[in-house]
Amino acid sequence: MNVWIAIGVTAVGCYVVKLTGLLVPAGFLEKPLVRRLAALLPVALLAALTAQQTFADGRSPVLDARAAGLAAAAVALLLRAPFLLVVAAAVVVTAGVRAMAG
Amino acid sequence: MTSAGSGLTLLQTCALSLLVFTGASQFALVGALAAGGSPFTAAAGAFFLGVRNAFYGLRLSQLLALPRAVRPLAAQWVIDETTAVALAQPTRRSVRIGFTVTGLTLYVLWNLTTLLGAVGARAIGDTGAWGLDAAGPAVFLALLAPMLKTTTERAVAGAAVVLGLGLLPVLPAGVPVLVAALAAPAVLWAEGRRRGAGPVALAADDVPYEQGEDR
Repeated sequence: MNVWIAIGVTAVGCYVVKLTGLLVPAGFLEKPLVRRLAALLPVALLAALTAQQTFADGRSPVLDARAAGLAAAAVALLLRAPFLLVVAAAVVVTAGVRAMAG
Repeated sequence: MTSAGSGLTLLQTCALSLLVFTGASQFALVGALAAGGSPFTAAAGAFFLGVRNAFYGLRLSQLLALPRAVRPLAAQWVIDETTAVALAQPTRRSVRIGFTVTGLTLYVLWNLTTLLGAVGARAIGDTGAWGLDAAGPAVFLALLAPMLKTTTERAVAGAAVVLGLGLLPVLPAGVPVLVAALAAPAVLWAEGRRRGAGPVALAADDVPYEQGEDR
């Protein structure tokens, strides 16, 4: 039952948050500063998420095979590789480094 | 997959995927429940991770220009991936197509793989051994890369990385990401001061969609 409560609360909360962004009045968004900020916020969020999912295990910072995988993805991006290839490079290199490390 | 391994039933796993549909929040919820957290603490962490979707919605609503009646339907698809695809499109028409196609495809695939994953979790075992845990950050990096056009974006990204990692051990799950979002206003403010003209003056040069209309 507890699990269902958690699922319900999360579902409602996450949906309301998504809808809020879409319902903010258009006039507010016409302001140049707000536009600029709305364009930069995804940059900040994606950068933080990338770093956390690569260099952290739960709440503690770590440096493991995922770092090599992300570096491979970065190289693939610099070479203008297609999206799926970028992700595949990260997965393969991470698995490879892990296999070598034991 | 993860959820099947931490005591959620098949039905609960699929309901979570269908109703929440924000990967990071789902994993956070499952992780917190597996660690023995109360349903409300678990939900709070998942909620904080979902807050960033509001910022995406803010940006998307000006690009999509949806009729009010459609917005509640579109809202469920406001996530990292759909935002990134929509932001990369040159015209309003392709923004709408990109958002819809990405949303629909991901919604179907995400929930199908959740079902398959939940059913077959034990057959595969430890996903980490396959390097699949590196796929998430690689996807984010691929989405982020095209956005890093000017020094401003790079400064924001750099500051966000430092904040997001540095605060991880000291703040509850999901909160460091939100604090990292403050890198955006902070960099804008610093830049405005340096140019001595206030941040508003920056808006003219490099905001895409400055004309805002279909092209």
